[in-house]
Amino acid sequence: MPDTINKILEAISPNREALRSVREILLANAMMIGEIPSPTNGETERITFLSNRFTEDELQNISIDEAGNGMAVLPGTVGERNILVCAHSDTVFDSNTDHAMRVTSDRISGPGISDNSLGLAAVATLPEILRRLDLQFKDNLVLLCATKSLGHGNLEGIRFFLKHYKQPIHAGICVEGVQLGRLSYSAIGMLRGVIKVSVPSEYDWTRFGASNAVAIMSSIVQEILRIPIPAEPKTKIIFGSMRAGTSFATNPTSAILRFEIRSEEVGMVGKLRSQIEDITEETANATNTDINLSVIAQRKTGGLPYGHPLIKAMRKILSELEIKPHVEPSVGELSEMIYKGIPSVTIGLTKGSHKNETNESIEIEPAFAGLSQLVALISAIDGGFCDE
Amino acid sequence: MSKKVEKWLKTNTFHHGEFWDLLKLVKLKEEQGLKISLCIPTLNEEKTIGKEIVIFRSELMERYPLIDEFAVIDSGSEDKTREVAASFGADVYKASDILPEVGDKRGKGENLWKAIYQLKGDIIVYVDADIKNIHPRFVYGIVAPLIMNQTIKYCKAFYDRPITYSSGIRASGGGRVTEILIRPLFSLFFPELSSLIQPLSGEFAVRREVLEKIPFPIGYGVETAHILDVYREWGLEAFAQCDLDQRVHRNQATTALGKMSFGILQTFLNRMEAYGMIDKLPDMATLYRQFQAEGNHYELLKREIVEYERPPMMTIKAYRDKFHPDS
Repeated sequence: MPDTINKILEAISPNREALRSVREILLANAMMIGEIPSPTNGETERITFLSNRFTEDELQNISIDEAGNGMAVLPGTVGERNILVCAHSDTVFDSNTDHAMRVTSDRISGPGISDNSLGLAAVATLPEILRRLDLQFKDNLVLLCATKSLGHGNLEGIRFFLKHYKQPIHAGICVEGVQLGRLSYSAIGMLRGVIKVSVPSEYDWTRFGASNAVAIMSSIVQEILRIPIPAEPKTKIIFGSMRAGTSFATNPTSAILRFEIRSEEVGMVGKLRSQIEDITEETANATNTDINLSVIAQRKTGGLPYGHPLIKAMRKILSELEIKPHVEPSVGELSEMIYKGIPSVTIGLTKGSHKNETNESIEIEPAFAGLSQLVALISAIDGGFCDE
Repeated sequence: MSKKVEKWLKTNTFHHGEFWDLLKLVKLKEEQGLKISLCIPTLNEEKTIGKEIVIFRSELMERYPLIDEFAVIDSGSEDKTREVAASFGADVYKASDILPEVGDKRGKGENLWKAIYQLKGDIIVYVDADIKNIHPRFVYGIVAPLIMNQTIKYCKAFYDRPITYSSGIRASGGGRVTEILIRPLFSLFFPELSSLIQPLSGEFAVRREVLEKIPFPIGYGVETAHILDVYREWGLEAFAQCDLDQRVHRNQATTALGKMSFGILQTFLNRMEAYGMIDKLPDMATLYRQFQAEGNHYELLKREIVEYERPPMMTIKAYRDKFHPDS
């Protein structure tokens, strides 16, 4: 193993070229994974496929846990420390979506290819990549395909894993298909909520001021928009979707709003939640309707300092690849790892577009830089260059 | 005959799941010193060819070296088929460049025939390029029976065609041309061959010793001709078939199926003539054979269908008495 960070950086470029030999295996893995539908809470078949891959690569401790996560260990030569390499395995697409992948000379397209079939493929191909680069690490690599990550899944997979995995995790890397250059090392405070307005069946529509569910929900949205939002630290409220009504002229009796609050400021998410609760209660009383706010998912704010050796190493790696880091906080697996005090980052592997749309696509060529970056980062952690 | 067919169905009909252990297959292949070539005939398949090549190369050459050689033989695509195939490392040939001295005919059969000259394998596996849900089983499922049993010379793929069914039993059969044209013809003239569930499937693996001895219609009749010629020379025992589960591909319009049927019928009648059967038709069989499947078990359903003919009504006395009393 390289004994200085500079030697790791010098190996990035030759590794990127050498990794072209693994192209078919990586792409085949990405497409075969991508063609197995894997909606949140329905990841079993995809995890089974990945576990079979781990078995074929003769990894150790291959298992599927109670949360459905698939994991395996690539043992290190010393094996005293564990590096977690993780990719989430669920997608936003239901099983009825046509999951056929299409490949041209320079890109692959298909639902979920960037989020996160390519990330999973990198994890599944990692043992072969290291064989081809003739790399062996001192630390164990714990490869994890996490379930129940997105939306209602609320990171249940990684949470279960971190709660029950017996060995201490020294550092973590979350692998996402896109975008190359992504560098996430902080967890943004987040709350996903659902507001439901229900007009009681005995509602008096003739009463002065009577209002249907759409109008009531609209006034709630207006009130939320009046809440002062600080520009710094970055905070925002996203109205994701609203459903109500069935026709043009029938008064809707229910409406559902899905929203998300994100903030980099500690405590801000809780403060905003409290203000939104006040709005819903006040509106319910004023309109004589039932308004319910339920929280679907929540993340705590946290992160590594900019000067943390892991982040420094990652910036050097990206600089070596002449890629400008794109720093963005994460609401994914990273937030749970940071919450547990594990120094971790999320990285992207290649360029892509139309994420979470059925015409999602990734570029093939930049993926070799993305893989080379992953190998360099593991090498840096393994070499102790990311320790505080 | 029925017992022979039932025995054949039991011993020579497989499911790809039986061959999941690719390491074992590779070992068996190497022990026999076999070389296996894969040929994908193409014509304007840029949408699906890339995925087939990536997956086959990764799974069947790099991870498990089951395939020794891999070629795309193209009929002159006008899209990017050849460019995409070459970009993923396939050997790409234009059919017209192979054996130029024999000329160039346009048709899938031409590509399959020229592949025998171009490729070196002891077994050639042919896989169509239009499969949307491509998977390594499309190759190992049909080559495995030949690796595991020396008697088998020709293995055909068949697929589950999803049809609404209940109680776990489902109708299982070929496509529309198979069910409307081929199965009735085989049932009438070559009843043993009706045990092939999808005789027209485009995926099959064949030993060179067979390929080099049979003629190749260049158009729609190639699969039918193969089956008839191999059957005549080597018998039913030379065949195997393997269930590859579902195959997703583009659907053909009825008019296209009409053209296909016309070509197949020409081939069939040519064979009847060549075998001296045109003026000496055998006793017409009256048993029609179809399949039903339960899980991975396939059962031949036999139905007695007798096309009894009534004479012209004028020959019936009661009719003449009623309508032509004076005649």
